[in-house]
Amino acid sequence: MRAKSLWICCLLLVVCCVLFMTLEARGNWDFVLWFRGRKLAALLLVGAAVSTATLLFQTISRNHILTPSIMGFDALFTLIVTLAVFTFGAAGYNHLPVEVVFFVNLALLIAAALILFGTLLGQYRVDLMRMVLTGIIFGILFRSLTSFIFRMIDPSEFATIQVNSYARFNYIDVNLLGLATVLTSVTLVFCWRMRRQLDVLGLGFEIATNLGEHVARRQKQALVLVAVLVAVSTALVGPVAFLGLLVVSIARLVAPNETHATLLPLSAVIAGIVLVGGQAILERGLGMSTPLAVVIDFVGGFVFLALLLRKGWT
Amino acid sequence: MITVENLSYTVANTCILKDISVTLPKGGITALIGPNGAGKSSLFSHIARLLPLQTGRISVEGLEVSPSNRQALSRKLAILPQEVHFATRLTVKELVQFGRYPHCQGRLRSDDHAMVTAALEAFGLMSLADRFLDTLSGGQRHKAHVAMTYAQDTDYLLLDEPLNNLDIAASRALMALLRRLADEEGKTIVIVLHDINFAAQYADHLVVLKDGCIEREGKPAEMVTGALLADVFGTDAQVAVVDDTPFVMP
Repeated sequence: MRAKSLWICCLLLVVCCVLFMTLEARGNWDFVLWFRGRKLAALLLVGAAVSTATLLFQTISRNHILTPSIMGFDALFTLIVTLAVFTFGAAGYNHLPVEVVFFVNLALLIAAALILFGTLLGQYRVDLMRMVLTGIIFGILFRSLTSFIFRMIDPSEFATIQVNSYARFNYIDVNLLGLATVLTSVTLVFCWRMRRQLDVLGLGFEIATNLGEHVARRQKQALVLVAVLVAVSTALVGPVAFLGLLVVSIARLVAPNETHATLLPLSAVIAGIVLVGGQAILERGLGMSTPLAVVIDFVGGFVFLALLLRKGWT
Repeated sequence: MITVENLSYTVANTCILKDISVTLPKGGITALIGPNGAGKSSLFSHIARLLPLQTGRISVEGLEVSPSNRQALSRKLAILPQEVHFATRLTVKELVQFGRYPHCQGRLRSDDHAMVTAALEAFGLMSLADRFLDTLSGGQRHKAHVAMTYAQDTDYLLLDEPLNNLDIAASRALMALLRRLADEEGKTIVIVLHDINFAAQYADHLVVLKDGCIEREGKPAEMVTGALLADVFGTDAQVAVVDDTPFVMP
């Protein structure tokens, strides 16, 4: 049963990948495969990163509604990038090696995430209402600060950051692809090795403590992993608001059980289907008339509302 | 034997526990009773390592309750907190399997599976094994949680007000089950109780708390008197004796 839903989703993903690579392909196949292959790799990477980050965050915050993006994680990353451009200037920023910039941003994001969300999660009982409100306020704060700097910044520098502050699946920053692949793979291995501990963590502070887990330490470890994954996906395609919520909710619907051994691969594969399949249809089928990010946020927003209305606040 | 020495606990300048020293005997059922706000649950939470120690020390058979002994403690002491909510959708069997986590870190071997089956049978949950927890009644769900702590196979079992939200039949069944675990399997059960009559009927040892101090302790038959209710609970209820067991008239 567990294998069945996973295999069906894998098969769908392969179909989507083949469609993405071959649909309306004209001209030199070497070029097409290389050009589209990089995009495909980036989309799969982003899918796995976003879905895993969402799943981990939902487990440590013990609810199925909040995601790192709703809590303002990627807004924080955009803010850090914007601050960097503001401080160094576009010329200085663009002259720095991409990898160095990325790692500095990543380190800042991890530190900020631990300070902001670590204290919030470390409480004896996590209050979901308070988490949602804090997340919304953080998100607005980070976005407002970003747009405040936008207004103060030089127009030519603005162009540099503008690219970074919207979700974009057509233009993907492939300079970071190698680094992102390595970083994501390592992080995903860590997540996979933590899967049993994550199952226990999902039972709440009291039961996890009873079963011998150091809850606060595990939460911090998971937060670092979430920060790395969010940083990778945001650097590649920009902030994606509801993608994680959408794919993890679908994964929970089709999964036969809610262990992380099932949900981690399943939600990553579903994220791949949504991104690759969606991009294939919108880019080739509908001639780029609508950006994929808009469609995902539209559907994901509905899922968010439906989850809120169905579950209430209990 | 659980030893608590000089335990104090202060929250926002309010002293909840005042320099408590108490020894909970090994074997049998020990009930912690006392009026609301006496510090029963705080004492429980400290023994269950749900609250960090501010001052004092606690040990379970010589094993100190501290973060470094986390895994050894989880094989010695199982706890059932008051209210448990989690978002994960689990079947009864999956929940009970988590009780084996301290022993196998999630990789269940054949003896772990045998223990899970034994726990399901002991609590009459075999027919519900594959049902999801959220489709069960409150009493059945509660039983599944107790079965999980049973599968943990520890010498000590701590329960915080397990009779809350249970009707008379479910309450009596649970207490009878705990009695059986204590008598037949030699487990030590520490239980926070609100209902003095249940404590008098089923416990071997009573520890009475009032205003963050241990007020008195001893056998239920000697302890539960009109004087206790007047002094500790501040109410002049009558105490009748039925079959050698004191009974507080409501």
